[in-house]
Amino acid sequence: MSKIGLVIKREFDSRVKKKSFLLATILVPLLFPAIIGGMIYFAIEESKNAEQQKVYVLDEAGSFNFENDKKYAFEELNINLEEAKTIFTESEAYALLYFPKLELSDPQGITMYAKKNPSLQASSYFENQIESQIRDQKLKASGINEAELESLKTNISLSTINVSDSGEEKASSAGVAYGIAYAFSFLVYMFVLIYGSQIMQGVIEEKSSKIVEIIVSSVKPFQLMIGKVVGVASVGLLQFVIWVVLIFVLSSAVFSMFDLNPADMQSAQQSMSGMNGNSETQAMMENSKVGEILNIVYDIPYAYYISVFAFFFISGYLLYGALFAAVGSAVDNISDAQQFTMPITMPMIIGFLGTFMFVMPEPDGNVSFWLSIIPFTAPVAMMARVAFGVPAWELALSMGLMVVGFLFTIWMAGRIYRIGILMHGTKVNYKTLLKWVKTNS
Amino acid sequence: MHILTAKNLNKTFHQNVALHNIDLEIPKQSIFGLLGPNGAGKSTFIRIVNQIINADSGQIQVNGENLAAKHIGTIGYLPEERGLYKKMKVGDQLLYLAQLKGLSKKEAVQKIKAWLERFEASDWLNKKIEDLSKGMQQKVQFISTVMHEPELIILDEPFSGFDPINANLIKDEILRLREKGSTIIFSTHRMESVEEMCDYIALINKSEKILDGEKSKIKNDFKSNQYTLVHRGNGIITNDTFNLENKSDLGEGLHQSTLKLLSGASSNQLLQELINQKVDIVSFQEEIPSINDIFIQLVQGDKQNKPTS
Repeated sequence: MSKIGLVIKREFDSRVKKKSFLLATILVPLLFPAIIGGMIYFAIEESKNAEQQKVYVLDEAGSFNFENDKKYAFEELNINLEEAKTIFTESEAYALLYFPKLELSDPQGITMYAKKNPSLQASSYFENQIESQIRDQKLKASGINEAELESLKTNISLSTINVSDSGEEKASSAGVAYGIAYAFSFLVYMFVLIYGSQIMQGVIEEKSSKIVEIIVSSVKPFQLMIGKVVGVASVGLLQFVIWVVLIFVLSSAVFSMFDLNPADMQSAQQSMSGMNGNSETQAMMENSKVGEILNIVYDIPYAYYISVFAFFFISGYLLYGALFAAVGSAVDNISDAQQFTMPITMPMIIGFLGTFMFVMPEPDGNVSFWLSIIPFTAPVAMMARVAFGVPAWELALSMGLMVVGFLFTIWMAGRIYRIGILMHGTKVNYKTLLKWVKTNS
Repeated sequence: MHILTAKNLNKTFHQNVALHNIDLEIPKQSIFGLLGPNGAGKSTFIRIVNQIINADSGQIQVNGENLAAKHIGTIGYLPEERGLYKKMKVGDQLLYLAQLKGLSKKEAVQKIKAWLERFEASDWLNKKIEDLSKGMQQKVQFISTVMHEPELIILDEPFSGFDPINANLIKDEILRLREKGSTIIFSTHRMESVEEMCDYIALINKSEKILDGEKSKIKNDFKSNQYTLVHRGNGIITNDTFNLENKSDLGEGLHQSTLKLLSGASSNQLLQELINQKVDIVSFQEEIPSINDIFIQLVQGDKQNKPTS
């Protein structure tokens, strides 16, 4: 086995054989679905068990009319506001809606009294209700009758189709793209930082335990550094592959448990589209929406995403990993490393925040473009853009620059590393690092 | 035949000269003491031989060939600053280091087994380094240096961290390795072990070699032709054979005098002279300088010659 191979093997074995690795690798894929599943379960349970809450309505204008629904039961009061408030405070009711006499053109003074801060959900629910009733009244005032009003109401759900250059149509969903963008860019961000700092810790450990001088009498410092970077990367990749496999197996199990086969859903949807039952259409809508999302999820070009992800994961990791190795070699202990890791993690954090602020809302914007081209932010930003679709030349440019970027950081890190690992007790600043980069030995 | 030859070796670190025109020849199957005060350049020389750093100019040859990557396996190195992977098991660790030196896995496993048995440490194989005592760790470290049977073994302060019993054990191992044909370069500040073990020495001071050669010859060269005489009676009269350099009273009628032979005279002539004088000779001994004396004399002499640096 070559010497780099030996170093890689040692770095890999020493991490994979740890209990903490085994634990994290198996627990995380179990934990995430468990947490999400648990949250969904409780949300459903809560909405199922939620009691109807009473809402008093004091309508001095006499023009509002609320229908009871699953969540709220409305009771109209015909007293003055002070008395209504007393009744409300002494009751168990959730809220009191007060409508003063008002001008439809300028409705002022509508107030909701509540015992505790109403949730955003509740207040926007009431706002929507009131707004639509005011709109209806305005329409009636302009001479539209009930029947016409009813026929104006439509309920639509927009399905979006991506048309590719070849004319192929594909169902897409901004929500699904958003989810994928989020998941992938977060994964790159997390892996690069976690495994990057593992390299740094490994280098510091070798340096502080003084074994490094023995090792570099057998291997070149550059070989040692590359071996470490690659060894830690293989641990990360192994962990990722295990996660993907476990999550795939688990979610398949979940799908089959709930009988959510997308092919069935589609055929069910088609067979029912002929019928036009009024009450059933609502349920149908719900069903077809779920089916549609499942279809989109199944239609995702996983091979494409995963290969792009693998590229940006590996290249981003190499780029940052080399820098972390350089920092580890330059310092004597972890606490000294702080001042140097800041400038390394900064661009990564900027990339991550930029992804949320610019790339997700506007994947093809100017800022998004630059974030996904500059090698320091590209791994995170480009992963997010890829989910929304990105022109091939931009992807190629970004990948090309990525390669240039990590070759550069590895070269630079190698020069710092070969000197740094043999230095003990020297106070290192950026000037010294620069001097090391320039030194030939 | 020399196992290692250095010619005109120079190394500078950012304007600090670490080695200046160093020439060294290290004979095969010898123990070679590399001496010098702290910061003299010994470690730099050792690092260059180990190909950890490169010399700015000059040449190093191993068995007559220019130093190259293939010589890594022929050298075993125990640095002064040493350590092992704390969380790694003794067996894995030794295997890793042996393979890095170019041994096959099978060979390495055999050698490790043999060495651990030699040190009565076979049951350490599956212990983590951090669970071993400091002395045990040092033994593992020593095994890692010599297990690939290197022709050239470079030991930087090998006895630091050992108790006297283990230090003796290591000393015996070093002597045994020389018997089996290895050459040992031995860098230390412990002059008594140099005195005891080294066949050759070189003294480096302020990045220059100021002395080298066979230990016995160097000691001879540094003889000052002085003799220590313990005697009764107090009547030594100097003549053209010798001078009286120093005299002290040891009590109970005993005196000690330091006598220096004047050029041309022999020790027998001196004795003859003394027998004829009115003193009873109790003991008569030639003063041979210790390596320690030579070291101090040269290094301090150097300082006085160059007070500015």
